[in-house]
Amino acid sequence: MMRKFYGTELSNGLMLGTAQYPSPAILADAFERSGAAVATVSLRRESGRDKAGQDFWELIQRLGVHVLPNTAGCHTVKEAVTTAHMAREIFGTKWIKLEVIGEEDLLHPDVFGLVEAARVLSEDGFEVFPYCTEDLVVADKLLNAGCEVLMPWGAPIGSGQGLNNLFGLRALRAHFPDVPLVIDAGLGLPSHAAQAMELGFDAVLLNTAVAKAGEPALMAEAFGLALKAGQMAALADPMEKRDMAAPSTPVIGKAFLS
Amino acid sequence: MNIQLNGEACQTEAKTLDLLLVQFEYGDAVVATAVNGEFVAEEQRRKIEICDGDAVEILAPMQGG
Repeated sequence: MMRKFYGTELSNGLMLGTAQYPSPAILADAFERSGAAVATVSLRRESGRDKAGQDFWELIQRLGVHVLPNTAGCHTVKEAVTTAHMAREIFGTKWIKLEVIGEEDLLHPDVFGLVEAARVLSEDGFEVFPYCTEDLVVADKLLNAGCEVLMPWGAPIGSGQGLNNLFGLRALRAHFPDVPLVIDAGLGLPSHAAQAMELGFDAVLLNTAVAKAGEPALMAEAFGLALKAGQMAALADPMEKRDMAAPSTPVIGKAFLS
Repeated sequence: MNIQLNGEACQTEAKTLDLLLVQFEYGDAVVATAVNGEFVAEEQRRKIEICDGDAVEILAPMQGG
């Protein structure tokens, strides 16, 4: 059974970004074929005559998915909090994917600013999805700040490396068994999504791996299938790993032929 | 008055934020606003006076990851 996200039960754990697609039609196709339950969106400057933002918003509304606005590009608590307020008004949701970036090369979260912004926003009624690392102490502080969901990175945004710190992510899952956990960022292949779900994570959030694939809609469908496979595997209670071989064919009754 | 609108220098005689939006053709567009870094909710725009040197941000929905 999937854990709920601030009381909302999603049809599946695929959260798909909306940036970098070759066209709006391909974006829509990717959502349809993957069955993604959540679309991430953002805010940017727009002139009065340019209606691109309005057209985009109408497209997203037609998808019939949950909308998760982000604070991408924010480097300070103030920027992130102000952006969150603007997003809440435009998109009409209390959900906010909170990003406070502290380092440009890896787009590493500023975890100190993140905790502070999460507290401010939670106290103001937001339902915060914090983009964080797998650090257990930071995770604990985010939960204390009011977060009911955590979104640790798999790898740096847009890197396509997959799950870089399996030990840390496994520890996070074990340490917070009741908290909905989303792998956010760094996935490159459907097998990465399956792996995340096999570890017991509740969802994955990705964008570049689908949007920059040669066939985005096909890749989106592949991610949807992989996610489902990983989730089923987790429910099926995987076997324990062992160091030595163990014959799967029964030894009893084997002919003595030497 | 000289203001900064989305980072660009502009001139306006609009006295309030809602009138500024009309002047720059935002009409019924779905946008969110901030003045000098502070969020201004839609229902507050008519109460926010625009002053010389103000930095106004007008943001619209956009693709994001």
